[in-house]
Amino acid sequence: MTSPLFEIDALEVAVEDKQIVNGLSLTLEPGEVHAIMGPNGSGKSTLANSLMGHPRYTIAGGDIRLQGTSVVDMPPDERARAGLFLAFQYPTDIPGVSMINFLRRAISARRGEEIPVREYRQLLNEVLGRLQMDEQFVRRYVNDGFSGGEKKRAEILQLGLLQPLVAVMDETDSGLDIDALRIVSEGINTFHSDDNAILLITHYQRILRYVQPDHVHVLIDGQIVESGDASLAERLERDGYEPFMERTKAEVLSS
Amino acid sequence: MTTPAPEAPVTPRSEYEYGFHDDVEALVKLPKGLSREVVNTISDIKEEPDWMRKLRLKALDHFNARPMPEWGGELGDIDFNDIHYYVRATDRDESDWDDVPDYIKDTYDKLGIPEAEKQGLLAGVGAQYDSEVVYHNIREDLEEKGVLFLGTDQALREYPDLVQEYFTTVIPPNDNKFAALNTAVWSGGSFIYVPPGVTVDIPLQAYFRINSEDMGQFERTLIIADEGSQVHYVEGCTAPIYSSDSLHSAVVEIVCKPGSNVRYTTIQNWSNNVYNLVTKRATAYQDAVMTWVDGNLGSKLTMKYPAVYLMEPGAHGEVLSIASAGQGQHQDAGAKIVHAAPNTTSVITSKSLSMDGGRSTYRGLLKVYDGADGCRSNVRCDALMLDEHSRSDTYPVMEIDEKRVDIGHEATVSKVGDEQLFYLMARGLSEAEATKMIVNGFVEPIIKSLPLEYAVEMNRLIELQMDGAIG
Ligand SMILES: Nc1ncnc2c1ncn2[C@@H]1O[C@H](COP(=O)(O)OP(=O)(O)OP(=O)(O)O)[C@@H](O)[C@H]1O
Ligand SMILES: [Mg+2]
Repeated sequence: MTSPLFEIDALEVAVEDKQIVNGLSLTLEPGEVHAIMGPNGSGKSTLANSLMGHPRYTIAGGDIRLQGTSVVDMPPDERARAGLFLAFQYPTDIPGVSMINFLRRAISARRGEEIPVREYRQLLNEVLGRLQMDEQFVRRYVNDGFSGGEKKRAEILQLGLLQPLVAVMDETDSGLDIDALRIVSEGINTFHSDDNAILLITHYQRILRYVQPDHVHVLIDGQIVESGDASLAERLERDGYEPFMERTKAEVLSS
Repeated sequence: MTTPAPEAPVTPRSEYEYGFHDDVEALVKLPKGLSREVVNTISDIKEEPDWMRKLRLKALDHFNARPMPEWGGELGDIDFNDIHYYVRATDRDESDWDDVPDYIKDTYDKLGIPEAEKQGLLAGVGAQYDSEVVYHNIREDLEEKGVLFLGTDQALREYPDLVQEYFTTVIPPNDNKFAALNTAVWSGGSFIYVPPGVTVDIPLQAYFRINSEDMGQFERTLIIADEGSQVHYVEGCTAPIYSSDSLHSAVVEIVCKPGSNVRYTTIQNWSNNVYNLVTKRATAYQDAVMTWVDGNLGSKLTMKYPAVYLMEPGAHGEVLSIASAGQGQHQDAGAKIVHAAPNTTSVITSKSLSMDGGRSTYRGLLKVYDGADGCRSNVRCDALMLDEHSRSDTYPVMEIDEKRVDIGHEATVSKVGDEQLFYLMARGLSEAEATKMIVNGFVEPIIKSLPLEYAVEMNRLIELQMDGAIG
């Protein structure tokens, strides 16, 4: 039996001695889109960052496996080269480093060999065009002075260039205007294939109209409290998280 | 200088590529130590006019009378009696590389200088080896236009009046202890005169090399840019790695006459056993523009604060400074701008790095005299530390005696950010590669103001230093 593409197995994550993710399990098969929805502070970004190996987050228990191989002991760069990708909720700016230089290094790292200049130019122009981004954009410094929407688009640009196996998208839809949301969604859909999987963290159902999820999970207090199909997102939009919160409280009390 | 072993042994940077030396007996090497006799002997060897000898002796008195500065780096290990003040390898200053002794030419070949000249990247080249200039050449068309580019000793012989008119007018002999020392024992350096309205389109470059052990190099450079002229001068410096320390104490004086534009670029890559204590100052008159680009990567201790005195309205002064301190190094560098006239402008941009236990200090002075109204100045100094055990300090001093001025000031000290590292690593870059990228970005504002060849060289040197520090 082949292992699943990506497994989060009873994962516990702590920040500064405070446990945020409490035994979370999730399996992504090739070709799938999973959406995670949850209230502010429920641990979504903590989960996303820990999947990528942020040094501030400690794995207190459980495992993360990519194609059957545990990645928890790998530094972030090794995870990235193995095919994990995180679209940041708040991408960091790196003044003085041009996008064009950075992206070339990143693609070469992911491929394990230097991408030839010509191929790089072509690839870059293709993905930029798809995202309706100006060619001059890549002359700018990484995320430096980018508007909120530009930052999100730049993350999708990287997704398209790096072709990961598993993409974790942390609120990539937040802060986008209507047109940008459509363009970014199309970018995600173009990337998505039968060979890769997407974990989409979002607050809003509207992106799910473009990027259709196979599964929707509700995250509360660092745990998945409910999973379902796309209709779960609609239910959340209508009723909010209140019913699920009530239920976790009841569960906690009865345990 | 056989100084007693300092507390932290001076470990040569493992990556330092210019640490070789030539094993050839010098033609003339004065015994160690500093005295009136030594000063007189230097003057005798050079067959100087009497005024210069007197100036030297007066400067020696200043030097002896002044205490060691206590505010900068650690100077206590310098033993002035353990230095050769004059070492001459050859008795000629040639203008054809084929006439330069082979072993010296080999050294410059390794540094790539004759090659750059042949490729036409430079308008003129000067090369100083220990105390004397061994090579000087300038493109013929510039010579025909009256541009002078020669060793300062040679200039004193051939244009004594011109030298006398400007020598020590920008930096008086008693300016500071090390300027006094230089004035007493100076030898070599470049003399440049650009006639009115003449533009030197590509850089003139001088290369300074210390070869002998326990020696002091005291070159003296004087640049006069006449009205409306333009020139870019570049200097590079390297030295062999010795277990004892060497001293490099230069003085650079620049006069920017009205409407002229002078740029002076230094890429200092001394080995880690060199004390680099240099005084650099320019005066800028009506509408003149003076720019110092100062890259400090090598040396054990550097103390250097290139200065611009803005003497007349419309003058503009600029200092762009990069310092990088690795293991066993202290870069105490900065800038000094004096607004002595109304409607003058200045910009100071400083970027300093410290890594692997190194220490970098930004020390700046911005002075605006009373009555110099309408001045504008912008000062920005950023320091970046690569690890916990390195050190960074900034001392930006402002003395503003005039109210109607516009002064902007910003200073930051930061560590290579965890979030930046994580972002780059999350894209597959190794920690070392990510750190280099962040550092390159940090110094980028200065690098991009350099001509391409020098930008490449500066980046390469910084990377080399980081290779030693972050593996
Ligand atoms: N570095 C940190 N130090 C201390 N607490 C942290 C840190 N990072 C996260 N937390 C805490 O962990 C909890 C979860 O935060 P997280 O950012 O994962 O939430 P989120 O679900 O992504 O919220 P949002 O919807 O607002 O983005 C919060 O209570 C937050 O304050
Ligand atoms: Mg979040």
